[in-house]
Amino acid sequence: MTFGSVDASYTRRTLTRSARALASLKVDGPLLVGLALIAVFGLIVMYSASGRDIGAVLKSATRLGIGAVAMLALARVKPGFLRRAAPVIYIVGIVLLVVVDVVGYIGKGAQRWLDLGFVRFQPSEIMKLAVPMMCAWYLHERPLPPAAPHLVATAVLIFIPVALTAAQPDLGTGMLIAVAGVLVILLAGLQLRVILALVGIAALGAWFGWGFLHDYQQKRVLMFLDPQGDPLGAGYHIIQSQIAIGSGGVFGKGWMNGSQAQLEFLPERSTDFIFAVIGEEFGLVGLALLLLLYLFVVGRAIFLALQTQETFARLLAGSIAITFFVYVFINAGMVSGLLPVVGVPLPLVSYGGTSMVTLLAGFGILMSLYSHRKLIQS
Amino acid sequence: MRDRRNREARHGSRRVDGGETTPKAFRLRALCVFGLMVLAAGGLLWRAVDLQLMDHGFLASQGDARFSRVVAIAAHRGTVTDRYGEPLAVSTPVDSVWANPRELALATDQLPRLAKALALDRNELARRVTSNLDREFLYLRRHMQPADAAKIKALGVPGVYLVREYRRYYPSGEVVGHVLGFTSVDDAGQEGIELAFDHWLAGEDGAKRVIQDRYGRIVQDVESIRPVRPGRDLVLSIDLRIQYLAYRELKAAIREQRAKSGSVIVLDVDTGEVLAMVNQPAYNPNDREQINARTYRNRAATDILEPGSSIKPFVIAAALASGKYDAQSIVDTSPGYIRVGVKPIEDKHNLGRIDLATILAKSSNVGMTRVALSLEPEQLWTTLTRLGFGQVTTSGYPGESAGLVPHWSHWRPIGIATMSYGYGLSVTPLQLAHAYATIGDGGLVRPVSFLRVDAAPVGERVLDERVSRTLVHMLESVVSPSGTGLRAAIPGYRVAGKTGTAWKANAGGYSTDRYMAVFGGVAPATRPKLAAVVIIDEPGAGHYYGGDVAAPVFSRVVGGALRLLAVAPDAAIGAPDGESAPPAPARQQVALR
Repeated sequence: MTFGSVDASYTRRTLTRSARALASLKVDGPLLVGLALIAVFGLIVMYSASGRDIGAVLKSATRLGIGAVAMLALARVKPGFLRRAAPVIYIVGIVLLVVVDVVGYIGKGAQRWLDLGFVRFQPSEIMKLAVPMMCAWYLHERPLPPAAPHLVATAVLIFIPVALTAAQPDLGTGMLIAVAGVLVILLAGLQLRVILALVGIAALGAWFGWGFLHDYQQKRVLMFLDPQGDPLGAGYHIIQSQIAIGSGGVFGKGWMNGSQAQLEFLPERSTDFIFAVIGEEFGLVGLALLLLLYLFVVGRAIFLALQTQETFARLLAGSIAITFFVYVFINAGMVSGLLPVVGVPLPLVSYGGTSMVTLLAGFGILMSLYSHRKLIQS
Repeated sequence: MRDRRNREARHGSRRVDGGETTPKAFRLRALCVFGLMVLAAGGLLWRAVDLQLMDHGFLASQGDARFSRVVAIAAHRGTVTDRYGEPLAVSTPVDSVWANPRELALATDQLPRLAKALALDRNELARRVTSNLDREFLYLRRHMQPADAAKIKALGVPGVYLVREYRRYYPSGEVVGHVLGFTSVDDAGQEGIELAFDHWLAGEDGAKRVIQDRYGRIVQDVESIRPVRPGRDLVLSIDLRIQYLAYRELKAAIREQRAKSGSVIVLDVDTGEVLAMVNQPAYNPNDREQINARTYRNRAATDILEPGSSIKPFVIAAALASGKYDAQSIVDTSPGYIRVGVKPIEDKHNLGRIDLATILAKSSNVGMTRVALSLEPEQLWTTLTRLGFGQVTTSGYPGESAGLVPHWSHWRPIGIATMSYGYGLSVTPLQLAHAYATIGDGGLVRPVSFLRVDAAPVGERVLDERVSRTLVHMLESVVSPSGTGLRAAIPGYRVAGKTGTAWKANAGGYSTDRYMAVFGGVAPATRPKLAAVVIIDEPGAGHYYGGDVAAPVFSRVVGGALRLLAVAPDAAIGAPDGESAPPAPARQQVALR
């Protein structure tokens, strides 16, 4: 089998060459492959979920492309620069959020967008990265686990953008920003009793904050608890998505054959509820495959985070990795009826806005943090 | 700096070295978090298993229930024609415009355009849409011409759809309106023939399974569940030519006499078929605005009236049948009145001793009273009943009245007396015409039919043929210069009939200024082919005698009908008088078709 061995060595050479090329790009190969697989799968589903709208697929692909460029660019940026830039990005983000709240463009009944004339974007998306960066920056030079005053300071750093985002009102994104920040604190280290105390405070806050929620937000939570209570109104989303997923069965109805999705019974089928389209058309097999891909990406991201040495790098990389999974869990949990309906897209798959770009940019930062680590074994 | 040192001291072993955390502690935390994530992913997967394996059947059926629908396909209603195939009621395809209010509500800016195209009020349309948001189906406009409906569809307003339906058209309008009745907007028979034969005319809607999307748009036809069974056609006995003639003459007479209402019925003596049945006031069944109980009632079949003198031939029939009387019998009517109980019954003049023919010709109430009182009540009652009075005819026409003939066991002399000249009992015009047809047919009752009968049904004998012939001959004297009904005469034909001028009953007695003029009879008298009754209710132009008001209509309608049917004349033109007529020719076969 000389031919085979030649072939094998050729393959090895090629792979080595690719690895070198990726290393010079400061890009992590396995992570890139995982992300690409999810993105490609997402585009295939998008064609079906958008009702065979090739335009939607191209738009999605374009956003993925922009995200990929951002990822490649950020991967080459030195972590030190990112760390120094963190406060600046954070402050700029806060200013933009205030601007949105004041003169924001009214879209979907909420002020989330900033119209720059040639492009509209959501400053809250920037905060998804800026907040963990800021928290990591703040805790970088502090002793860990952080002392109470530093915890409070970090909490304030998190609270300001979260409050501004929630006021838009965009509770979902606000929550995700909070998660990204809190993850930094958790990774920095907290005693169990502190965690428990915080959970208690959070529960109290939830009870207290209920009254501050908008009607539609309260409704979403109530509907989650009893979707049949209003099957044609607020419960419609949950019922329809569960029907779509459940009717898919083990192997699904086949690509572009999902009756619930194709006949538009499933709401938001190409955006927040695209997970249900996958469940209906690709069945249990498709969902399991997708979840495995996500787990692979997150696992690899955590592995990369563990290889970093600086506090800033570790906290930020860990936060980015875990936040990504939190997105997946919240979206999939909401669509399958485990969690209340909150407007969180399925990472890299849902059609929509800035989130694809932000997510890939986050992975770019993560790659940068990993690939620029000091190659000395501790 | 001191602060930091203190904290370092407190936390003992923890290093704070150039911003590096303890890798082990971080690794542990990260692995814990990853473990949690695997658990969470497992939870999601379990949820998927729960939905897609455990609840798969239920959720799949729920899904099917949402997009799979069975929709009806409208069936074509059968066509109604007259006896020669002339269409009387035709279903034509139309399109109804309907909307899904929920979908339409999303395009409120389009409503004014839609309202204008549909010729609806803009605000009314908006109100209907918003007040029906809980529904998925709302008719916007029923029964539009397909071409017009296509224009609505072409507007492209979301949530607006067309559905194919059938609308009934009545080409002859009000001429046949009463007989036909009409259908509801949903194509169900409501009155008349449309109601009576609804089960025959109405088809059976088909059904098909379709896939529809969330907005109710039909995406795909899946299967046919039940084919459409179109309704069957119906051939009526009506002869549209005679019908039109009767309609025209009655309408003219009603207008001329300024009468309240009126009816004309023409029956085929040989078959019992209704050749024409018209009423005034009439209505146009194509225009639903005109449909109200006063106009759409088929008075000829549904209204009862006291027949007045037009009942007399049938009392005479009973007299002849009793064997106590014959054509030569003489009745003394002098001195021109008779007292029955406390009530005096009078003739206009003292007619003296007269035969039965003269009683009829002069319409002598005294003569009738004497004859009736001499008969067995039971025999008189039986004769009237067997002639069809007091009973619904077998026509099956909806809403037909039975009339009322009190049972003989309740009769008192005064009742018998008044009944003999047409009061104290009630009949429908159709019953009256039917009874004339019976005596015209030699005493055979043939069932009244609104449908064309191909072979004459077997008649049931209720009168001796000789009695009938005699009676018809006597009735010819009514239509003679010495009778009350001369104006019913038809040139070329001998006519046998009877006038009637009935006081109209009102509260507490009889009106002295409201009359109903009647003429009923058969022609040609030699071998009757047609029986007809003309009713003119409350003529208001001065004349009110049946012989003056109703008889001319009879003459024109029946005369025209006989010529249309090419019935051989049995009298010389210009000699309407029965006595001077030539011998009757042998009866000729008349082709009806």
